[in-house]
Amino acid sequence: MIFFWSFVVGGLICVIGQLLMDVFKLTPAHTTSTLVVAGAILDGLNLYEPLIDFAGAGATVPITSFGNALVHGAMAEAEKHGLVGVITGIFEVTSAGISAAIIFGFIAALLFRPKG
Amino acid sequence: MLKGRTWIFDHEAIIAASSAVGGPFEAQGPLAGDFDLLFDDLWLGQDSFEKAEKKLLEQACQTAIRKSGIRQEEIQFFLAGDLLNQIITSSFAARTLSIPYLGLFGACSTSMEGLALAALMVSAGFADRVLTGTASHNGAAEKQFRYPTEYGAQKPPTAQWTVTGAGAAVVVSSGKGPRITSATIGRVIDKGISDPFNMGAAMAPAAVDTIKTHFQDLQLSPTDYDLVLTGDLGKVGHSIATELLTKQGLIFPPGVFGDCGLMIYRDDQPVFAGASGCASSACVTYGHVLNRMLQGELKRVLIVATGALLSPLSYQQKETIPCIAHAVAIHAGEESSR
Repeated sequence: MIFFWSFVVGGLICVIGQLLMDVFKLTPAHTTSTLVVAGAILDGLNLYEPLIDFAGAGATVPITSFGNALVHGAMAEAEKHGLVGVITGIFEVTSAGISAAIIFGFIAALLFRPKG
Repeated sequence: MLKGRTWIFDHEAIIAASSAVGGPFEAQGPLAGDFDLLFDDLWLGQDSFEKAEKKLLEQACQTAIRKSGIRQEEIQFFLAGDLLNQIITSSFAARTLSIPYLGLFGACSTSMEGLALAALMVSAGFADRVLTGTASHNGAAEKQFRYPTEYGAQKPPTAQWTVTGAGAAVVVSSGKGPRITSATIGRVIDKGISDPFNMGAAMAPAAVDTIKTHFQDLQLSPTDYDLVLTGDLGKVGHSIATELLTKQGLIFPPGVFGDCGLMIYRDDQPVFAGASGCASSACVTYGHVLNRMLQGELKRVLIVATGALLSPLSYQQKETIPCIAHAVAIHAGEESSR
């Protein structure tokens, strides 16, 4: 059943992104940022974790999950280290993704012409 | 002679020769046979798209000069423009050609802005041999207007595809060839469209205003031309323009009113709503249309080059898109009329 719900939820998040671009005329960058912020807010309200439990990869693969991870790391560190933890914790969960982006971006730039 | 907003050239302004060059994508289109030169490499052997665009314009100019039989040193003025910042393509090509040069900016209306001014100079007696040209390059235009292109952002179906190509014409005061008989200078029209992915709809009202004015100034009827072509309205803009012209009472016979942007590529090429860019009207006019005139298939043609006068900065600041259209009437020379 989780396959079905992950298909539906993941698809719906993408539909929201497509609507933001086509109906509300947001640029791709604005659309992505909006979804990240939406994921962050949902996690702040403790709503994103239940969504992941419900839909699995349907909730973790879309970019909303990145917003969720930013807030999640910050909250976890804040519990341990107080206010400073908010700053240090933001990249706690997301560090793998961000480091991978930098490293693979660097390798690609070495191998290919990075600009058109 | 001036009539309303239309120049009527009382003295001869003749297109001695013209040329069209294109890239690999244009070579797959239905007009491939009308290009003088087609490149199979989008880079044209250069290390940037901007240099490739400059080479396109240089090649078009040199080909047109060669076909005219006039020596390059005898060309008195060079009028050119393009889409890149500070019109570097034109200025750098002018550096190569070393002909006294006036840079123009009319975005995609530059082809007819240049041709109208060249005819004006020649007809008024201020020059005998003037070269005019324009170019655009898909990669260079995308980089300037749609950066970052590497992101691969989605485009809506109303978007258009910038032509990789260039066109040039040599206008002279005497000799053989199609005659430039009149030109109507456009007003800047802005109906409030701010979507750079729907340029056709933004430009259609400007085209309609210029066409209507041309027919009013010269008291012509829609049957007076064999072909009336807008520059790069694409599917969306062309249907809007047709509808607006019909409302104004300008109903063209079937097959007379067309759009250069709908002629360069096949239907199954992935160009969304059609072609755009300075080279759209330039390649079709200076290649296909003038070839058909020389073969005697067309006698009277009106080219209405349409331009969207926006900048990357202006649309980021959510400004609407001001648009313009210039019309130039070309009649077949006597030797080609049967």
